[in-house]
Amino acid sequence: MNEQAWLLDWALAITLVGLALQVLSTRNLFKAVVYFIAFGLLLALTWVRLEAVDIALAEAAIGAGLTGVLFLTTLSHLESTTDSDYESRDTPRQEHPDDETR
Amino acid sequence: MMKLDNPSSWFSLPRFLVFLLTLLLTFALGMTLFSLPPAPFQLLDTIHRSLPHSGVTNPVTAVLLNFRAYDTLLEIGVLLVAVFGIRAFPEAFQEHSPSLPAPSEVLLALVRLLVPLMVLIAGYLLWAGSHAPGGAFQAGAVLGAGAVLILLAGLPLSKWFHGWWFRAALILGFMLFLGVGFWAMAMEGHFLEYPRDRAEDLILLIEAALTVSIGCILATLFLGLPDAAPVKDAANEKS
Amino acid sequence: MSQFQLYGMTGVALFGLGMYAVIAHAHLIRKILAINFMGSGIFLVLGAVARRASEGMPDPVPHAMVLTGIVVAVSATAFSLSLTRRIHTETGRSSLPRDGGT
Repeated sequence: MNEQAWLLDWALAITLVGLALQVLSTRNLFKAVVYFIAFGLLLALTWVRLEAVDIALAEAAIGAGLTGVLFLTTLSHLESTTDSDYESRDTPRQEHPDDETR
Repeated sequence: MMKLDNPSSWFSLPRFLVFLLTLLLTFALGMTLFSLPPAPFQLLDTIHRSLPHSGVTNPVTAVLLNFRAYDTLLEIGVLLVAVFGIRAFPEAFQEHSPSLPAPSEVLLALVRLLVPLMVLIAGYLLWAGSHAPGGAFQAGAVLGAGAVLILLAGLPLSKWFHGWWFRAALILGFMLFLGVGFWAMAMEGHFLEYPRDRAEDLILLIEAALTVSIGCILATLFLGLPDAAPVKDAANEKS
Repeated sequence: MSQFQLYGMTGVALFGLGMYAVIAHAHLIRKILAINFMGSGIFLVLGAVARRASEGMPDPVPHAMVLTGIVVAVSATAFSLSLTRRIHTETGRSSLPRDGGT
């Protein structure tokens, strides 16, 4: 194994975990989904590194592409794309508007 | 990186317990991973020996469509179950999603350029799956992505999703796979045990049907998400 | 450190991150993202296991399992996202409530 390959492996592993931390801790959900798509593409690179090219093709198309589009479509139909739990953690339950008719 | 508004409430006791337990579980998983018995060389040798008889040269395709074909059959079944679940919502398949903006010229030109290429690439991936990386799932994913691209450009593809032949395309892969399995049982004696001289053709046939099915299924998964504001339209009926 | 060890640890770390996030966060979209991370972590572990016999061809059986897993994960994600949209339509909320009600 040459040195550049090792550098690539370590860089991929650290970036994958870093992206996962970002996705699961950022408040803006749109940002989280975009980072998730980036994670999927980096994971496709990792599959190529592991000599699993079939999985890389499937991950890039289905895992990153289609799943990301599904998330973005769902996000566009929610009213706000910020996770409001981060600021309303200890507000009472009447915070949620029950009188809004649907 | 992490912006916390109420840092005091982040250290509540249940959350800390969950964190500890997750850490413990992760550690245990890591320990298990590194204490696995050595690699199963007998299994690899068996696969290498049986590969010329399987009808394809790509080992992953051979495993997916021949050695463990039953798993793939059930996987298509799971996809179909998800489609049934999504189509069970009555607001699915609106004629036009009201939240999409008017399609831009650039997007339309891109669709005209890319979608025929995607169909070609899907056909190539299907064919190449027997000797190179590729196969039914990758080809079906490219087809589904092409359909999603058309839908995102605002073109009225969704009215094609109502006919009976679309439903036939959805279940075609699964039914053909099942039919070949039963036919093989009638010929040889075991379910999904292909005759040796026909394995190559059978695998290609099954993969072709799977490609069409998976493309339709993935497009349905994207389109069938119910809208937030259902349009109560008397003329909007499903056939 | 071999490729198996590095990517195996990365996969296990992703699984742990996803499991913590799915329990600790309340927003439904973030929970679904976290479950996807758990799935990707396990796929990475499977891919690393396939590379253990590091002479020549990787083991194709875990590769087939990962391909199956990716497809099943996308269908489960699509179904859960449609459920999320339905919950949002019915109740106007997109997070689970804090005190354990419906």
